[in-house]
Amino acid sequence: MAHSTVGVIFSNIHDENIPELSRHRTMASVPFGGRYRLIDFALSNMVNSGITTVGIVTKNNYQSLIDHLGSGKEWDLARKDGGIILLPPYSDDTDKPYTTRLEALMGITGFLTHRSEDYVVISDCDGIAHMDLSDIVRYHEENHADITMVYHEETEPCESSYFITLQPDETGRITGLKINPTNLKRGKKYNLYVNVMVMSREFLINTIQSAVTRGFSSFGRDILTKNVDTLKIYGYAFRGYYAGVNSMEDYYAHSMELLRRDVRDELFGNRDIYTKVRDSAPSKYLDGAYVRNSLISDGCVIEGTVENCILFRGVKVGKGSVVKNSIIMQDSVIGDSVNLDCVITDKNVVVRDRRTLAGCAELPYFISKGRML
Amino acid sequence: MLRKKECVAMLLAGGQGSRLYALTNNIAKPAVAFGAKYRIIDFPLSNCINSGIDTVGVLTQYEPLELNEYIGNGQPWDLDRAFGGVHILSPYQAKKKQSWFEGTANAIYQNMHFMQKYNPDYILILSGDHIYKMNYAEMLRAHKETGADCTIAAIEVPLKEASRFGILNTNPDGSIYQFEEKPKQPKSNLASMGIYIFTAEKLFKYLEQDDANPDSSKDFGKDVLPAMLNAGEKMFSYRFRGYWKDVGTISSLWESNMDLLGSDPNFDVSDGDWKIHSRNPLAPPEYIGSAADVENSMIALGCEIEGTVKNSVLASNVVVEEGAVVRDAVVMSGCVIKTGAVVEYSILDENVVVEGGASVGESKDAGAGIAVLGRNITIAAGAKVKGGAILDKDYRGE
Repeated sequence: MAHSTVGVIFSNIHDENIPELSRHRTMASVPFGGRYRLIDFALSNMVNSGITTVGIVTKNNYQSLIDHLGSGKEWDLARKDGGIILLPPYSDDTDKPYTTRLEALMGITGFLTHRSEDYVVISDCDGIAHMDLSDIVRYHEENHADITMVYHEETEPCESSYFITLQPDETGRITGLKINPTNLKRGKKYNLYVNVMVMSREFLINTIQSAVTRGFSSFGRDILTKNVDTLKIYGYAFRGYYAGVNSMEDYYAHSMELLRRDVRDELFGNRDIYTKVRDSAPSKYLDGAYVRNSLISDGCVIEGTVENCILFRGVKVGKGSVVKNSIIMQDSVIGDSVNLDCVITDKNVVVRDRRTLAGCAELPYFISKGRML
Repeated sequence: MLRKKECVAMLLAGGQGSRLYALTNNIAKPAVAFGAKYRIIDFPLSNCINSGIDTVGVLTQYEPLELNEYIGNGQPWDLDRAFGGVHILSPYQAKKKQSWFEGTANAIYQNMHFMQKYNPDYILILSGDHIYKMNYAEMLRAHKETGADCTIAAIEVPLKEASRFGILNTNPDGSIYQFEEKPKQPKSNLASMGIYIFTAEKLFKYLEQDDANPDSSKDFGKDVLPAMLNAGEKMFSYRFRGYWKDVGTISSLWESNMDLLGSDPNFDVSDGDWKIHSRNPLAPPEYIGSAADVENSMIALGCEIEGTVKNSVLASNVVVEEGAVVRDAVVMSGCVIKTGAVVEYSILDENVVVEGGASVGESKDAGAGIAVLGRNITIAAGAKVKGGAILDKDYRGE
């Protein structure tokens, strides 16, 4: 793209949305879609939009994230200049690590000042979408905006513990901005901010510095809502497929949406989603395998029945087992004659022969990492 | 201290593989796809890195473009090293003479400077046409223990097939007293696998000698090994007992792919202790649709299967539409089998399109042989490709 842009990804914000899956990992490294982690979508959007420097803001439990990202070469981000730059939390004797987005931004001012790009795209890891960020930066430029916030029209109330809704006027300028509004009803349209934002690097640095001097702590309350009339905040309507992971129910529902061809075409069709590779063998379907409407990753060995499921890498499904409407994560082993319905297993779960487990779509039965049943 | 590598591997990857017909029209044999996500060269390269050998020269000559691109900087095999790593060695022009590689021995001879740069004690010679998992470090240990000048990996083959191979006649201690290249009346069934370890200085000496000999065909099996034996050098066989398959023919390539199938396969590529590394496709998990019927098959990422797939190996991004049938087939990446089409007992190279209602090949039991479709071709709707046919152009039927 013509203008130069640096990316910033928040890896931990929204961890509390799905505590089951983020207990031992960042939101960014929550597994999704058979062979991905949530950060792969945000990161691939950046790479596919021509961004070659991405700072990744971490806070805690980021070992799995570091393991996933490695040198960044899978995203073509192992670069001499830029590439992936991990930004661990800053703290000293008197300060604790950040508790808000604004404090986290204060902690990365050094990174931001040392870059030379014109614009900054800030993204969280709670959304799954194919977004051309260069379009959004161009829109930001054309409007001479101070801040551009990306939104998606929703009709279901948001279950996140922290979210922002936007009211744009006909020119796209945001005239109203609400944090955690309580009047959302099923079927009523509203514009959900999807946690992707563009600013000029200079504006962001100045904003952070003035926030420090005034002792502000919340980007949403102290900067966005207070200045909605004075700052030029624009909304960019993202009209493609967007899946926000705001709860376990969301996680389950959006995973299952991948079984729809239109969703897969939009997410994977015209571009690549990059992820860490593992050199697994291709998956094997044995005699007796019966697989319907499912996504199967490499390294799986299937001898039983699998219907309406997402199988991650290296999953085994034994003889006579029936696995339906379930998400089975990496290297989990389902023994023989097991019945599973609406189950989510985290990584390395073992379900022994002849066990039966079931949840429901609103409340899938979750089995935590490494459990043996 | 002089930096060195104890053992440098030289991989002969220049072969045309003419018996693979349409599959090697534009690519070298080692670049031929295998096992849904691999290429033949992944096996020797993975064996090298898994055996602790991180310096590999790959000698290319025939249609090297795709092979060079595939190997790239060697990163997928962990062979991107500051000192060592994988290097493509193409024929080159030198001040005194310019030449294509004339034979296997000449190819190695012309790259003497590459090997010498690493000051190696041993040279491992490999070929790029076999599917196998082998720990070269164990072979090297045997080479050192016997104090051999040359160790040749060998495998027992059925006696009736022995005349297709270089046959080793050995003493009880494994030392070789005679080497016969494709003998009409083989005395033993111990076949050379084309894998040699030489003590470096001996190899260099005999390559110099061979180059100076105008009557030599510059071949390891025909010239260098017999010359060493005649001169009384210590040559030992190293018995290999695992799976090893020359995939130089259509039928052996097909069989070797089928050997991957089943719960207890003849050849296992999912062995966590001996990973086969490869360049991975960037693709989402495969989708198996609501009307699909998939059994006894291997399927790679990015496939969209709505039809029937039995006893087959499908590489990445293959589409099998509803009502299509793929049976006893090897289908390489990007192929599309449309509604009502039937593909049986065939090998389809990359990006073949089989239009609706067309049929390719005949049942395995019909005895007509394996049908082969070269890359990027289209079989028109309703067209029938006979069993055993080999096509490298679009086909509209007769």
